[in-house]
Amino acid sequence: MAAIWHIIVTATPQIVAAGLKYTIPIAIISFIIGLILAVLTALTKLSPRRGWFSIVKAIAYFYVWLFRSTPLLVQLFIVYFGLPYLKVKGIWPNGIQLDPWTAGIATFSLNTGAYCAETIRASILSIPEGQWEAAYSIGMTKPQVLRRIILPQAARVSLPPLSNSFISLVKDTSLAASITIIEMFEVSQQIAAENYQPLVMYSLVAALYAVLCSILSWLQGYLEKRTSRYISPIN
Amino acid sequence: MIKFEHVNKTFGDHPALIDINTEFKEHQTTVIVGPSGSGKSTLLRSLNLLERPENGQYHFNDLTIDFAKPLSNKTILTLRRKTGMVFQGYNLFPHLTVVKNVMEGPIQVLKQSTADAKKNALNLLDKVGLADKADAYPSQLSGGQQQRVAIARSLAMNPEYILLDEPTSALDPELEAGVLRVLLELAQEKDSMIIVTHNLEFARAVADKILFVENGKILFDGTPAEFFKQPTQRIADFLAAMTFTAISDKANQ
Repeated sequence: MAAIWHIIVTATPQIVAAGLKYTIPIAIISFIIGLILAVLTALTKLSPRRGWFSIVKAIAYFYVWLFRSTPLLVQLFIVYFGLPYLKVKGIWPNGIQLDPWTAGIATFSLNTGAYCAETIRASILSIPEGQWEAAYSIGMTKPQVLRRIILPQAARVSLPPLSNSFISLVKDTSLAASITIIEMFEVSQQIAAENYQPLVMYSLVAALYAVLCSILSWLQGYLEKRTSRYISPIN
Repeated sequence: MIKFEHVNKTFGDHPALIDINTEFKEHQTTVIVGPSGSGKSTLLRSLNLLERPENGQYHFNDLTIDFAKPLSNKTILTLRRKTGMVFQGYNLFPHLTVVKNVMEGPIQVLKQSTADAKKNALNLLDKVGLADKADAYPSQLSGGQQQRVAIARSLAMNPEYILLDEPTSALDPELEAGVLRVLLELAQEKDSMIIVTHNLEFARAVADKILFVENGKILFDGTPAEFFKQPTQRIADFLAAMTFTAISDKANQ
């Protein structure tokens, strides 16, 4: 028992350090980029515009389809191990060689962006038609209506499902271990290989993921309360 | 002055407006009545282009629109700025406080300063009797209060015409009275108003002109005095039915 306690006490700081250095930054950066992609994709899919814009719409549909229809781990492998073999004369004579960080963030951003795009599209659609009409009737332009009236309300609606996506993403960053990023899971694997205590090590890293995600769940609750003040007013 | 000439609008293969010809004079209150699904709301919503008729001419003072041709964004925005709209369901912006609901148009569209917009908004809220609710959210107000805020919001844009689409249909009689009082005041101040309503008493009291719409056509276009003399059998039947509804409503209570 004392031996196990010793392992936990010495391994935890190393895993937490990896979390601070890789897991959390990768998750946050990827989610921010993913959200930007998601808003653009959602607005593109919702746009009634035709003509040349149909091509942009087709790309948006294809993007969401592609990243939701293939496993995230396979996507990581294609970007990190596969793209160096995409040799195009004149453009990429040596293939596309991305360092693990860039490959990881690119893949996680694109993947979470595809899922969040659907969340944001649904949230925008959930805002009653009357909000658009009221805003149009005071002479606002479409970008003004979106920015001032629709998106702030859609943000509140999308908070719970977006939190889901973010919490999933935090755990999915453990897949980055497979493309040589020394994040939390990779560190626990390395320690387990030295001390032959896989049960302890993997349980420990699972617990640390659980702590991280619990903090995020609490943060979600706090944000929900703050953004819902106008719905259930505090008297 | 607003004038519609030969305006037609269909939803799918259902004609909503058929050859509409009428005009709305400034400083007058026009009341549009008719059975449900008659096209009266479509007519009103065509005036600020929330609905787009397929053809016909729309004159707004010296601006003329041919509905058969594509409309520029600029024309649409210009017309919407000159016409305020009040909806049956209020449609206040729930994430903004009452005063910010009223300030939103003046700041975003008219580019007023925050201070000017706020001063004007507070004056308007005072006018509709809600100065003390400026910092409340719409969800904290009754339906009647919300509708009065919606009226203030449309007045803040200083529109040439105020369009009201069944403004009191969702309200119980007590709350309705508060809204009607505000509308009566606006009518007395000679604001130009076009109101779709089922409230015939109100129509009789404030209307300078009544339009009776059924099946997408204007069946009557004249003064309230003429209208309530029941010039046609159809209008007599309509008025009788409305009265019966009122009686049975009372019997059911």
